[in-house]
Amino acid sequence: MIFLETKKLTKKFGGLVAVNNVDFTIEQGKINAIIGPNGAGKSTFFNLISGFHPPSSGQVIFKGHDVTKLPSNKIAQLGVARTFQTTNLFEQSSVLDNIIVGHRLRTKSNLFDAIFRTKRLKTEEALCREKAMEVIEFVELEKVAYKPVAGLSQEEKKRTAFALALATNPEIVFLDEPAAGVNPDETEGLAVLMKKMTLKGITVCLIEHKMQMIMKLADKIMVLNYGEKIAEGKPEDIQNNQAVIKAYLGGGAIA
Amino acid sequence: MSKVQRIAILVLILLAIIFPIISQNDYFIHVMTLSFIWMIGVYGLNLLAGYTGYLSLAHAGFFAIGAYSLGLLTVKAEMNFWPALLLSLVITGVIGFFVGLISLRTKEHFFAIYTLCVGYIIYLVIDKWDSLTEGVRGLIGIPAPANIGPLSFETLQSHYYLVLFFLLLVVLIMYRIVHSLSGRTYIAIRNSEDLAQTIGISTMKNKLTVFVISTVIAGLSGALYASFVRFIGPDIGSIAIVFDFLTYLLVGGIGTLSGPIVGTILIVVLSQRLQFLQDYRMLVFGPVLTLLIIFYPRGIVGAVVSWTQKRKASVHQPIIRAKKLPEEQVKEG
Repeated sequence: MIFLETKKLTKKFGGLVAVNNVDFTIEQGKINAIIGPNGAGKSTFFNLISGFHPPSSGQVIFKGHDVTKLPSNKIAQLGVARTFQTTNLFEQSSVLDNIIVGHRLRTKSNLFDAIFRTKRLKTEEALCREKAMEVIEFVELEKVAYKPVAGLSQEEKKRTAFALALATNPEIVFLDEPAAGVNPDETEGLAVLMKKMTLKGITVCLIEHKMQMIMKLADKIMVLNYGEKIAEGKPEDIQNNQAVIKAYLGGGAIA
Repeated sequence: MSKVQRIAILVLILLAIIFPIISQNDYFIHVMTLSFIWMIGVYGLNLLAGYTGYLSLAHAGFFAIGAYSLGLLTVKAEMNFWPALLLSLVITGVIGFFVGLISLRTKEHFFAIYTLCVGYIIYLVIDKWDSLTEGVRGLIGIPAPANIGPLSFETLQSHYYLVLFFLLLVVLIMYRIVHSLSGRTYIAIRNSEDLAQTIGISTMKNKLTVFVISTVIAGLSGALYASFVRFIGPDIGSIAIVFDFLTYLLVGGIGTLSGPIVGTILIVVLSQRLQFLQDYRMLVFGPVLTLLIIFYPRGIVGAVVSWTQKRKASVHQPIIRAKKLPEEQVKEG
C-alpha cells in the first residue's frame, strides 16, 4: 500500500495557482524532501496535506484513506504531525510545559475531570508528562527542559518544535524548513536527528533550502517551481536534471 | 503550589472570613461584597481573554442576562431563589452558546468588536423591552436568597459570606481548570491556534466550551449582584461595566490566577479613596492604566511573577545565550 500520496493536488488563491496538479508519493520510513525556489508553493503544498487549506481540486490519500477534506486536528489524530517555519512556541513557558500538551490528542479527560480531579485526569497527566520527557530526551533537550523557551537558541527552539510534533505519536512528520536560521554545525545536528526519527520508524518529509544538507540527507526529492512538479527522484538525479538547474539558475544561460 | 503560597492563601481566606467581624462597618462590608461579585465576573472574563486569548467585550451583557434572569424569575415568576439561580445560569449559558457559535468564527480585534456589538445589543434589548424588563424603570424588589435550613441570608454579613463562598468556589474551579490538561489545551490555543490545531486540538470545540463557562460565570456574578443590590436597571449591561471588568483584569494581571482579585480590590479601594475627586478620578486611572499596559502587559501579578522568575534564574545560573540568528532569516513564502 502507498503510505501517503497526493493526486492532481491543486490550490488556487484567486487567480494565482500556488500548487498545480501535483502527484507525489511519500515513501514510508524514508526522508522525503521538497525543494524549489522561493514562492514555488512548497509551504502551500504542506498546508494542503496537513489540512490547513482545503485544496481547490485533487486528493490526499493517507494509508488508503482519503483525508482531503479532513480538518487539520483530525489529520493529526491519524498520525500526521507538522512543524512551522516560525516555531510558534509559547515563549514564556518552559520547554516541558510547551511539549506536555502535545500528547493531549491521545487523552480523553474533559472539564469534568479537571474540576473534580478525577483519577483519569491524574493518570493522563502523568502519561502526557512521561511522553514529553521521552521526546525531550529523544531530541536531546534534557538540559533545558525546565527553561523558558524565550531563552533558547534558534536550534533549541527547532528541536522543541520537533519534540512537540513527536509528542503526538505521529507516523509521519512534515518539517517546514527545519534548518532555517541555524548555523552549519547545528544544521548537521538536526540532520542527525531526522535520521534518528526514521530509525524509529517515523517517516520524514521536509522542505529545505540548504542544498548540501538535502543532497546528503534525503532519500527522495521532489522539486517544485511555480506550483508545478518539475522533477522527482534520488538526489543524484535531481542534481543533474536540466529543468532543475534552469529553475534555480535562470533560463537561457549557457553553462 | 509551594508551601509559601499555600500559607498565603490560607491567611487570605481567614482574613476574608474575619473581615466582617473586625470591621463592623456596614459600608466597608457592602463595598467588599460588591468587589467579590465583580471578581467573580472578572474570573469569567479571565478564563476566556486571559487563558484562551479571546477578548470578549460582551461580558457586561452576560452579567446583565444573569442578573435579569434571576430578577425576573424571582420577582415576576415568583420562583424560589435557588432554582431561579440555577435556571438563570442555564439561560446565560444557552445564550452564551449561540453567541459563541457565531462570534468565535472571528479572531482578535474582530472578535472584540463583534462581541462589543453583541454586548450593546443585549443592553438595548433590556433597555427597550419594557413589557418584560420594565426598561429604564428597572426591576425592583428582588428577594434575598431563600433560607437553606437554618441559614438565612437577610443580613449584610450573611450575604457577604454567601458571596465569599461563591467566589472561593469559582477560584477553586478556575485553579483546577487552568492546572489541568484542559487548561493546557486552552493556553495552547491562546499561544497559537494554528499550532494547536496541528497537534490535534479541536480549537472550535474548546473555544466554545470556554466561552460558555465564561459567560455562565459572568451570569453567576450578575445573579449574585441582583440579589445583593435588590434593584437592577439596564445600566448594568452597559459598555462602562465591561470596561470596568477589563480594567480590573488588566491591572491585576490578565491570564494569571490571582490577577482578578488583586486588580479588583486595588481599583475598588482606590476609587473609594479618591471619591473626593469625583469623575476626575479617571484623570488618574487613565494614564496609570496606559503606563501599566506598556510596561507590564500582564499586570501587577504578571510583573511580580516574571520578576521572581528572573531572580531565580540569575541566582541559579549566569545568563548563557547561544548566538541567536534574527527571525527574519526564517521567513519564506
